[in-house]
Amino acid sequence: MPEPNYDEGAAIAPTGAGGAVDLAMSEGESLEKTPGGPLGTGPAGKPRSLWSDAWHDLRRNPVFIVSALVILFLVLISIWPSLIASGDPLDCDLAKAQEGSQPGHPFGFNGQGCDVYTRTVYGARTSVAVGVLATLGVAVLGSVLGGLAGFFGGGWDGFLSRITDVFFAIPVVLGGLVLLSVVTSNTVWPVIGFMVLLGWPQLSRIARGSVITAKQNDYVQAARALGASNSRMLLRHIAPNALAPVIVVATIALGTYISLEATLSFLGVGLKPPTVSWGIDISSASQYIRNAPHMLLWPAGALAVTVLAFIMLGDAVRDALDPKLR
Amino acid sequence: MRGATHAKWAALALAVALTATACGGGDDSGGSGADGIVSSSWGDPQNPLEPANTNEVQGGKVLAMIFRGLKQYDPKTGEAKDMLAERIETTDSTNFRITLKSGWTFSNGEKVTAKSFVDAWNYGAHLKNNQKNAFFFGQIEGYDQVHPEEGQAKAETMSGLKVVDDRTFTVKLSQKFSLWPETLGYAAFAPLPKAFFDDHDAWLSKPVGNGPYTVDSYAKGSQMALKRWDGYPGEDKAQNGGVTLKVYTDNNTAYTDLTAGNLDLVDDVPASQLKNVEADLGDRYINVPAGIIQTLSIPFYDKAWDTPDGDKLRKGISRAINREQITETIFQKTRTPAVDWTSPVLGEEGGFKNICGDFCSYDAAEAKKLVAEGGGIPGGTMRISYNADTGSHKEWVDAVCNSINNALGNNRACVGNPVGTFADYRNQVTTQKMTGPFRAGWQMDYPLIQNFLQPLYYTNASSNDGKWSNPEFDKLVDQANAEPDTQKAVEIFQRAEEVLRDDMGAIPLWYQNGSAGYSERVSNVALNPFSVPVYNEIKVN
Amino acid sequence: MGRYVIRRLLQMIPVFFGATLLIFLMVNVMGDPIAGLCGDRACDPATAARLRAEFGLDKPVWQQYATYMGNVFTGDFGTAFNGQPVTELMGNAFPVTIRLTLVAIVFEIVIGISLGVVTGLRRGRPIDTSVLLLTLVVISVPTFVTGLLLQLLLGVQWGWIKPAVSPEAPIGELIVPGLVLASVSLAYVTRLTRTSIAENKRADYVRTAVAKGLPRRRVITRHLLRNSLIPVVTFIGTDIGALMGGAIVTERIFNIHGVGYQLYQGIIRQNTQTVVGFVTVLVLVFLVANLLVDLLYAVLDPRIRYA
Repeated sequence: MPEPNYDEGAAIAPTGAGGAVDLAMSEGESLEKTPGGPLGTGPAGKPRSLWSDAWHDLRRNPVFIVSALVILFLVLISIWPSLIASGDPLDCDLAKAQEGSQPGHPFGFNGQGCDVYTRTVYGARTSVAVGVLATLGVAVLGSVLGGLAGFFGGGWDGFLSRITDVFFAIPVVLGGLVLLSVVTSNTVWPVIGFMVLLGWPQLSRIARGSVITAKQNDYVQAARALGASNSRMLLRHIAPNALAPVIVVATIALGTYISLEATLSFLGVGLKPPTVSWGIDISSASQYIRNAPHMLLWPAGALAVTVLAFIMLGDAVRDALDPKLR
Repeated sequence: MRGATHAKWAALALAVALTATACGGGDDSGGSGADGIVSSSWGDPQNPLEPANTNEVQGGKVLAMIFRGLKQYDPKTGEAKDMLAERIETTDSTNFRITLKSGWTFSNGEKVTAKSFVDAWNYGAHLKNNQKNAFFFGQIEGYDQVHPEEGQAKAETMSGLKVVDDRTFTVKLSQKFSLWPETLGYAAFAPLPKAFFDDHDAWLSKPVGNGPYTVDSYAKGSQMALKRWDGYPGEDKAQNGGVTLKVYTDNNTAYTDLTAGNLDLVDDVPASQLKNVEADLGDRYINVPAGIIQTLSIPFYDKAWDTPDGDKLRKGISRAINREQITETIFQKTRTPAVDWTSPVLGEEGGFKNICGDFCSYDAAEAKKLVAEGGGIPGGTMRISYNADTGSHKEWVDAVCNSINNALGNNRACVGNPVGTFADYRNQVTTQKMTGPFRAGWQMDYPLIQNFLQPLYYTNASSNDGKWSNPEFDKLVDQANAEPDTQKAVEIFQRAEEVLRDDMGAIPLWYQNGSAGYSERVSNVALNPFSVPVYNEIKVN
Repeated sequence: MGRYVIRRLLQMIPVFFGATLLIFLMVNVMGDPIAGLCGDRACDPATAARLRAEFGLDKPVWQQYATYMGNVFTGDFGTAFNGQPVTELMGNAFPVTIRLTLVAIVFEIVIGISLGVVTGLRRGRPIDTSVLLLTLVVISVPTFVTGLLLQLLLGVQWGWIKPAVSPEAPIGELIVPGLVLASVSLAYVTRLTRTSIAENKRADYVRTAVAKGLPRRRVITRHLLRNSLIPVVTFIGTDIGALMGGAIVTERIFNIHGVGYQLYQGIIRQNTQTVVGFVTVLVLVFLVANLLVDLLYAVLDPRIRYA
């Protein structure tokens, strides 16, 4: 079952590999085409792993190359923003408020008279940090809980699935408003913590579904017959194969977390100064959209490009991992 | 079969849509001339609309239309003029004898008598009625019996209130307060009809008062339609057919709706639209002084902020704030740099005077020196707290911090600290959790210098959030309240204000103007000194 | 089938209690709402204590929750701070939001599916690439930016629509807000339909239908589309709950007095009763929509059988 939309501005892509029902069906179809099982076989008939196969595809995919380059660049300036921006993002002179582009300040100034270019460059760090850390948290928590539920089944599955449903039922933006409105810390951790708390059910469901599918594979059954321990089966046999859909969804979700941070700022509960973030700048600039659109354009553009890069990367990885689309 | 299922779904969806639209619809193109209806922006009042329970502007707007009290503040000068009161007499500033004019009734026909006032005030003061403005009756003798600090009430009514006859009642205060009659224009002192006590729920869903308007319909959370009351006995009759107050989710949206011609009056133009307001509205934009002052309160309960040299630190911070530039750039001159702790609407006679002087003017070098002499910013960084949910405070707090940072040459000296909700913000303020300066806005209840000083800076006063305390200040305020001569009282209050300045008990920022915009459909629009539109004078073209 | 439904309904009970308890605890973490009621003044302690008692805030959390749920089952959802019963707020807000959601869903179905079919049938062609790119752009720009931009351009600059929706919120005024609300989901529906169509295009039954010499139009509508729509219908079904609860931003921008607005008001005033009341209903909608979607799945696809 495809996952429900998070919220405006923070939707999560349906994957078509969401739940057990859907997976069971797609497995049936792919069996027809690839008798060797759901893992594809290489063009020369020599069996290759899913991953090396996917890598082979990705290297030739221009979408993947472009988005990977963009992400590489973002990561680079997140670590060393001073590489391309010499100023201090907190240097603001109200006398220059809302002024447009001028020499040395290509993007102009924002409502407080801070340099938009410098702030946009420095904002990358926060957005990338929020996106990457929230995704990591969600992926780890989600796949552990979902994986355990799928692997052990029965009562454990029922219990964990109900817990998942409980967290799933709370609208995300609503939860953010409630939880973050009383936060006093001005670091990124509360925002990341909230995203993990309400985001994990999505990946948990996917992990559960793919573990259930992987569990039924012949080689897992064989390992079980040979007396392999639970932990060995999970780690050596099931996890590597069940991970693919998790990674795909996580990459796409990463973009939506970055976007969600901006939405939270718009509602007044996002990150707090002196943290420099695109979300903070976009939401302040959105008030002045009529008089100084350049203040909105640059941070919003940077955010859109970043989200786009992660979603495209996720798309490309999905295409590469999905044997049906070859 | 599947096709049939789809068709069923579609039909169901259509049916739901049709029922949903059926209850909507309705157009309010209000007519024109003397019977024309004015549509005005509104915010959902957060408390029930009882006079003594309404402490914010949105509810106050309605009360100003449907009630008239003993006094009424002149919409232009703010002077307290007799309305229902024929005379208020006293010889000792403690015992007052109030005589009502005859001929006043509530809109349901009931006569307004001395009892209407006494019952209303007793209701407002009594603990069991949970009225948030009960403290307004705190000066009346016997208040502590009906509203003790804790525990149950010991009396049903205040001993200081006595009905003499239909048109006369007497009030005894617990201590001298010569300017007390001037406070009686505040909404909490309005009279209440019997219907209020007999069927409270019905009254709340459709309040009945004695003002120039009556409530025609009230859909909580979306809109209230007020109609002119043709039988209104007062002189300030409504010049229009009625007012429809529409609740907006956001004041930006209300403004946008005004520019699109769907709304007649917006009484709070958002800061972000001020730059284009002249282009949008031309001369249909009002920007007039109002009795509102913004200050930065200091947490004196925090040791780091209450040091022997702390006054130098606070004066230094004050001098590091470029009020001129911020009011001009961020507020487009809808704020005026503050030069004292009161408001220009008081006028020089009422006590407005440049008392702050140099301490309120920007000088980066002086500021840096003073802060250093005062021991530097506590902890190296100070966080200015504000609530982020309403009022676009972020812009000016950031600007104040940037100004301080630039003056001190340290980009980490000051940083804004948004608090998610107003409720949580107030919670942190009242439980004394603030660790740095915090936003404080004061809107006067009545145009007296006393109202700008006593509730805010008197030891343990109801709004003394910073817990500043100075025995000399308290002594001067007591002395001023007992002084029967108004002019002399004002002078003593000003001396108290100088004490406040010498210790910089709070940093004054700017006076807030009332700003409003209106459509081409209406004219003669004005804001009173409380920044509330004078609805009854608006004419529909 | 019947046993499956009963099992699912039974499973809903713990989830319902868990989710309402979770939101109850979350709102409780926000702290004491009384201070905010007194404006820029401190409430006097006696009144504050009485108000706390009136709203039951002086009791331990678990007891508050038990009392609240007990009341909910008798149809009493509590009272907002302005004295209005929460059920009355719901009665005003839900019709508006249901209308908004309907508009959004219609957009998802009409535009999303049509674009998806067109691009799915023409994979790799210029139209496919450009629509694909467009959906990506829609997904990457935050909704509040899209909303503010459309409001400014259509409402203020060009005057095509009313920038703010009136309290009655007729369908006509909800079209642009509905489009904004639907935009992200719409992009997903397009992509989902596209993938699904492209996959099924190569399926045997389509090839058979083509081989039978059926007209192209008939093949697409009767065979291809019907089977490709299964995941799309499921997505839209689960989206209903999310749209209803998630309209906080859209409703705020366009002045819509619906569920999102009431929730936002409830949260900034820290009104437990309003927030928990609305979320309780949303949780129910979410659970029922999920169940219906799963059942619909079985109805649409005979390969799936629930025991």
